[in-house]
Amino acid sequence: MRFKKKHSERRHIVELSIKIIMWLALLIVAGALGLILWTIISRGLPSLSWEMVSQVPKGGYYMGKGGGILNAIIGSAYLATGGTFLAMLLSVPIALYLKAYLGKSRWGEYVRLSLDVLWGIPSIVYGAFGFALMILLGMRASLLAGIIVLALVELPIMTRAMDEVIRRMPADLEHAALALGSTKFEVAMNVVTRQMLPGIITAILLAFGRGIGDAASVLFTAGYTDRITTSLMNPTASLPLAVFFQLGSPYPEVRERGYAAALILTIIVLLVSFGSRWLSARLNRYSIK
Amino acid sequence: MSEIELTQMKMEGRLSRPSTPSRARTNRAAQRTFFIITLVPVVLIIIVATALVVRAYPILNSYSFSELLFGDIWRPNDGQFGFRPFILGTLWVTTVGVLLAVPPCLLVSVYLAEYAHNRLRTIAKPILDVLAAIPPVVYGVWGLLSIVPFVDDVLAPLSERWLGSIPFLAVTQPTGFGILAGGIVLAVMIAPLIISVIFEVLSTVPNDLRHAALAVGATQWQTIRTIVLPQVLPGIVAAIVLGASRALGETIAVLMVVGNVPQIPTSVFDTAYPLPALIANNYGEMMSIPLYDAALLGAALVLLVVILIFNILSTLVLQRFLRRS
Repeated sequence: MRFKKKHSERRHIVELSIKIIMWLALLIVAGALGLILWTIISRGLPSLSWEMVSQVPKGGYYMGKGGGILNAIIGSAYLATGGTFLAMLLSVPIALYLKAYLGKSRWGEYVRLSLDVLWGIPSIVYGAFGFALMILLGMRASLLAGIIVLALVELPIMTRAMDEVIRRMPADLEHAALALGSTKFEVAMNVVTRQMLPGIITAILLAFGRGIGDAASVLFTAGYTDRITTSLMNPTASLPLAVFFQLGSPYPEVRERGYAAALILTIIVLLVSFGSRWLSARLNRYSIK
Repeated sequence: MSEIELTQMKMEGRLSRPSTPSRARTNRAAQRTFFIITLVPVVLIIIVATALVVRAYPILNSYSFSELLFGDIWRPNDGQFGFRPFILGTLWVTTVGVLLAVPPCLLVSVYLAEYAHNRLRTIAKPILDVLAAIPPVVYGVWGLLSIVPFVDDVLAPLSERWLGSIPFLAVTQPTGFGILAGGIVLAVMIAPLIISVIFEVLSTVPNDLRHAALAVGATQWQTIRTIVLPQVLPGIVAAIVLGASRALGETIAVLMVVGNVPQIPTSVFDTAYPLPALIANNYGEMMSIPLYDAALLGAALVLLVVILIFNILSTLVLQRFLRRS
């Protein structure tokens, strides 16, 4: 039996208007993304050239003469790769320990809380902390210092992302392995890592993307140079800072190239983001649902 | 001792490839190593906080708290370190950002959690992921190229024409750089976080409650307003506080559009100079001025303390919510 709805009733009008407002909000958020991408592409594309990505700055680059920002691209790749690797060395064991040994215990909750708190610390504070430490040790701005500070920034992001996926592993798998006589360590190494590989890779790439785009943490610690860094102890350029410094220039040509550098950075970050999505979808086929 | 562990021990006596004691030893060694590595995050917080306190100690020692926190004048050369303009700048930019972000974020997350089909959700997730992945400096470029001119050409004249008499909206800055531009950029930056956390919180509400409300004839919005939202109100507040704590520490993007003039703001069109921008612009240089370096680390400490409080409170509330599910 169906009743005919009275759509003129006030609550139905409210329902409809709320829905329309929600749609508008959705459009605003999606539109903001569209606007950002459009701005970066339309302003960055005109001055993007092969020269920009294949050469280091020549003399007079910062007054509008020739050259490119290869030094910053390579520098950022070094920084983010090093930082991600270092963070991975810590975060894989932490995530495995949380799953295989701690589970939902109290200490596990404390560790998770501390990771959330670390995640919330802004990268400028890590940067200032790193620099204060460097003064103490008599170090100067270098690739190594940048890598270490980036690792601190990436550690909580990576570990929490891993923990989120690893936590969703079916308990049956763990129990089955334990019932067959595995130790917890064997469960962690042979069951959890294999089953959760897609999630672990996604987490690593997520942290890599954050690391490569982070400017505030490398501002004091990695320095800046026009050459491609060859040693861990030398300062290095980085893409976010290349964007930042060039935008502050009084020369319009240099600012234009800053927009192009922002476009390059955006493309790299989007490639990493989509790449991780694609990779995890592919690898997910091999894990037990 | 659980059933499983008991069984495991019984079996360990018989299995011998590789020999059981060595496996158990590996397990114990791994457990110890893992435990020590797990101490890193906990210890790291303490180390960062301690380092900042130690390095900022000279300035905390020579000036009283109220002199530092409420002093209006920032002249490091003359030994005057008043943080008030910077603290207020941070608060203004963050408040504007959060106020702008919350209504659309709330609507979007409620829509995604309560109304949207799965297909829309699978479209929405990548959009939020990309928004979250865009680096701060790119947001800054966007702010510089789009938002600053937008504030200058559209919002400022509008406000001057219609809203000039409202105290917080008087147009004082003719360039577009300022709190409003910073707030708009921040609002977009924290939106993905707020939306995804509220979405998660909303999905902890059991479906039975919704069904019960719908079954007695409530419309969907009535169900959301009277049943769903009251259930998760603390979680929503926590999500917003989390977003605010992210906004408080945002550096590069805000620095690029906010104007960076140390003054006490009186309107959203004023320029401001938030704490992170102060640190980013000055730290690492001019270390010859006495106490300057300590003062900047003091600024970092103030920032850290406020963010830690915000963060721990929101995380505790959210943990309670999300664990229940």
